Amino acid sequence: MTRPVLELKELNKSFGALHVTKNVSLAVNPGECHAVIGPNGAGKTTLIGQICGALPSSSGDVVFDGENVNGLSVANRALRGLGRSFQITAILPAFSVLENVALGVQAKAGHSYRFFKPAARDRDLNAKAEHCLDLVGLSGRAGVRAGDLSHGEKRVLELAIALAGEPKLLLLDEPMAGAGPDETARLVEVLSDLKRQTPMLLVEHDMDAVFKLADRISVLVYGEIIASGSVEEIRGNPAVREAYLGTEEGV
Amino acid sequence: MNGIREIMRSRAVPVILFTVLALVPVYAAVFDDRFLMLFATRILILAIAALSLDFILGLGAMVSFGHAAFIGLGAYAVGILAYHDIWAAWISFPAAILVCALFAAITGAISLKTRGVYFIMITLAFGQMAYYTATSLSAYGGDDGLTMWGRSEFLGTGLFENDTAFYCLVLAILLAAYVFLKVLAASRFGRVLKGAKQSEARLQAIGIDPFGYRLAAYVIAGSIAGIAGALLANQAEFVSPAYMSWHRSGELIVMVVLGGLGYLHGAILGAIAYLVFEEVLSHYTQHWRLIFGPLLILVVLYARGGILGAIKGKSS
Repeated sequence: MTRPVLELKELNKSFGALHVTKNVSLAVNPGECHAVIGPNGAGKTTLIGQICGALPSSSGDVVFDGENVNGLSVANRALRGLGRSFQITAILPAFSVLENVALGVQAKAGHSYRFFKPAARDRDLNAKAEHCLDLVGLSGRAGVRAGDLSHGEKRVLELAIALAGEPKLLLLDEPMAGAGPDETARLVEVLSDLKRQTPMLLVEHDMDAVFKLADRISVLVYGEIIASGSVEEIRGNPAVREAYLGTEEGV
Repeated sequence: MNGIREIMRSRAVPVILFTVLALVPVYAAVFDDRFLMLFATRILILAIAALSLDFILGLGAMVSFGHAAFIGLGAYAVGILAYHDIWAAWISFPAAILVCALFAAITGAISLKTRGVYFIMITLAFGQMAYYTATSLSAYGGDDGLTMWGRSEFLGTGLFENDTAFYCLVLAILLAAYVFLKVLAASRFGRVLKGAKQSEARLQAIGIDPFGYRLAAYVIAGSIAGIAGALLANQAEFVSPAYMSWHRSGELIVMVVLGGLGYLHGAILGAIAYLVFEEVLSHYTQHWRLIFGPLLILVVLYARGGILGAIKGKSS
């Protein structure tokens, strides 16, 4: 069997007496989209913080690309290939779309202490940035100020920025949040194209999108993974239906 | 076509600005206006300091409330060396830069661990530390300051002694600092700085920790303000703790905001406007701040982009 890109081993996180993440273990394999679903307050955001390095774990290991990254900062994990999108869109609104992505390329190239060459006319940066915009179908908007994009376009731009870092894994924190039906359809399309090259850990509320994209699903309830399996298995799992899906279908 | 027009527009203001500044000595010579020469020199010196503040405040959103400390340190470096009979500019100016770079590196490494209001408070605290240290330097005049009895020497020439030549020197340094910072702002380094201002989380997520970049910018800005201080000591032939009081730091922030944040030449316009206002209004009343204060509030409320914002708004 191939080595997983990301492996969480018995992760725990407590805030004082509050035990938010409880013994979470899961793996993302190459070429796969692993979705984590769960009701509000299940601890998904905390778990993402632990994976990307913003929150130190109380115990357990995050193994990324075969290496234990527990002690590494957010920036260091990102440089090793952990690309991410945010629940609340984080783009650089005053920069152009192209500049947003070019900064991602620049970060990956690792030579940002360059003081004199104008960055805006740097062909290496721009060519790679244009390529990433092409991948997500946003090249027509390269010159637009990022803050002026529609909400859906901003979400796609986040993906392009993440791709600029040539990620080994995409950590997607509710990429569909706040997107309309058309925008969601487009995002699903973009993501299913990307999935072939880049494995993903997808945290998402939109069940349709999850069922379309995910190869495996883990269900997080009160900080614990109560079930993990293929889309069919999760759909048929009575415990999951009760804890999560059931309430939605009952509406 | 649009691109060319864009460039013309973005370059027009600085080109006109520096042309006018270069013509000031001609005007002063024709009308034999010595006061204008001295006054304009003082403006340009403070414009250098305001320019350096805009680099960290406007581009990097680092609201330093202790920037005047660098002016004072640069001035004291020159003053103390002169007190020990070392007048050569090639020693005193590098010394001023070095002292300021060192002070910026140490205080910046500590202050930049904080953000927002805490950064303002901690830079203010460091500034006041420098101020009180200077007032207690009894060997160098303490509270009363230090009179220099002369100006720095530049390779045996009287460059610093002649008012017009000194003005031209200050203008050349201002222009060099402006071009230097403009180039930095457009570089990869500048892009990181401007990006970190917009979303720190995004920069972390693509693998850039902004701390080192901010610190580098802080050291660069501090060093340039140190040059301004070294020039100020020469212009006044006097060094005083008042150069680094928090009032002066506040004035620098006002200049930058008044001119328009983040464009660099905005800071120069702001310095000119502030000091001309002060000069003109103080002729009428010593309580000129009573008039200036409300004016500033109006600028912040209704002309967000400052003077530059007003110019740009008209031309487009």
